[in-house]
Amino acid sequence: MSAIRQSQFVDKHEALWKHFDEWLDYQELSSWAKRSKKKAVKVPDDLDFPLAYRQICHHFALANSRLYSPILVERLNKLVIRGHQKLYSTRTHFWRDFLQFFAGGFPALIRQEWKVVSIAAFLFYVPFIAILVAIQFYPDLIYSVMDGSQVRDLESMYDPELHNKLGRERESDSDLYMFGYYIKHNIGIDFQLFAGGMLFGIGSLFFLLFNGIFLGAAFGHMTYIGYYDTFWGFVVGHGAFELQAAFLSGAAGLKLAEALIMPGRKSRGRALIDNGKIAVKIMYGVIVFSIIAAFLEAFWSSTVMPVMIKYVVGACLWALVAAYFIFAGRKST
Amino acid sequence: MPLDTIYHVNTPEGISLRLSPAGPVPRMLAWMIDILIRFAINAVLFSILGFMGKTGLGIGLIISFLLEWFYPVYFELYKNGQTPGKKTFDLYVTMENASPITPAASIIRNLLRFVDFLPLFYGFGFVSMMLTDRFQRLGDLVAGTVVLHQTHETNVLDEIKAEPITPPVSLKLNEQQALIRFYQRRPYLTDERADELARFTVPLIDKDEPKPASRLMGISSWIMGNR
Repeated sequence: MSAIRQSQFVDKHEALWKHFDEWLDYQELSSWAKRSKKKAVKVPDDLDFPLAYRQICHHFALANSRLYSPILVERLNKLVIRGHQKLYSTRTHFWRDFLQFFAGGFPALIRQEWKVVSIAAFLFYVPFIAILVAIQFYPDLIYSVMDGSQVRDLESMYDPELHNKLGRERESDSDLYMFGYYIKHNIGIDFQLFAGGMLFGIGSLFFLLFNGIFLGAAFGHMTYIGYYDTFWGFVVGHGAFELQAAFLSGAAGLKLAEALIMPGRKSRGRALIDNGKIAVKIMYGVIVFSIIAAFLEAFWSSTVMPVMIKYVVGACLWALVAAYFIFAGRKST
Repeated sequence: MPLDTIYHVNTPEGISLRLSPAGPVPRMLAWMIDILIRFAINAVLFSILGFMGKTGLGIGLIISFLLEWFYPVYFELYKNGQTPGKKTFDLYVTMENASPITPAASIIRNLLRFVDFLPLFYGFGFVSMMLTDRFQRLGDLVAGTVVLHQTHETNVLDEIKAEPITPPVSLKLNEQQALIRFYQRRPYLTDERADELARFTVPLIDKDEPKPASRLMGISSWIMGNR
């Protein structure tokens, strides 16, 4: 009977399986636990891991074909899965990849994905500019976008009368608070813009149009009532990053929608996985852009200085962002 | 047609791994544990940082943002695909081919949690899990990941001794397999359940056998090679 051979089989290889398990246990310990003196960990003997893994794969195959007991097969299956996870794990060079990506990979990717990017830009900026201009002629339009109390809050935030004092616009200890707030709030919105793509793009579409109209209305109203310097001076700097982050996360969402709506020659599942890899790279860029925007908004936009300087710096930032997307990363492609 | 949800992955070594995806219930329970942990961290965080005024609140907001979106990412990448909640229920996240989850995949599946949560309480995620044969929510589909059950180490219990009994009829290979399976699962079964199962093998044992389970154990023991 096979069972006798099974017990021989187990006796013969038990030592290797135990050793393999212990070795993996040890590898999984944190470097801190390995050095800890309180609970001295037994260091397992050296193991030629790839060789041992192949042997155990072989044992697993044998156990399967010889119809050994399910418990033994299950045990070997578990060992093999652990080995597989260890052998095929990848080492990542986070900072090197990070720098390479932002030095050229990101703008190159945005140019490569110009279709979804321009659709998203169109959906965001056209309503934005349209309503901004429209409010100059039909100022009441603001009230179809926001209610009265929102408009009043907005007005009080940028009222030049309240901004006459010299120095900073708010206590410096609240800068960090605002930084935290912008991070949580703005990046949260960006993530929703992205995730909304999974609803066949309807989510991204809605959030793009909505944010375009809402922000455009705010910009238009502030311009109409003449708060040029307090408002435009405040937003021009970080806007260079924040507005791009907003529509780019919409573009990432549309990339997912593309896989659902027109997967081409792939299955939808396959197309989603492929496009997801591209979309998440756009989101890496969005996250970094949003953090820069939140940082500028909290620590730069709120400082009080001659408004000309703010405009100049703001213009430089916009030019910088434009140049980054147009020129960076051309050599490698 | 298989009734279970186990699927196989072929590895370069020419073997196929048996993987068992986890369904919505253990995943929901694991998620609830994680939510409680995050809630507790947030509560402690804000009560401490609250003393530091607005600066503290700012730091608190940043940390709560990180907790909200990147808590699962951290555990999936650095703790073998297991958040504390998943660890409690012996679940782990991997790529579909059972290789460790990549950073990009982890970020995708956790950013898309937002749509899985819609319209309320993981509605879309649940529908998606029901429609896919590996219980994948939308985030899993895009990231190419699955949540798997981690099998426990089951000791080969050969200690149980049963007097070997020669089977009255000759048995086919798969029947022998079933008996060996029964033999090894016996310690996990109650006596009543074991008897109940043993009665299905009526030609092997008498219909009025008073202790069907122990008789079947004897036959299994014979098949296992104890003579």
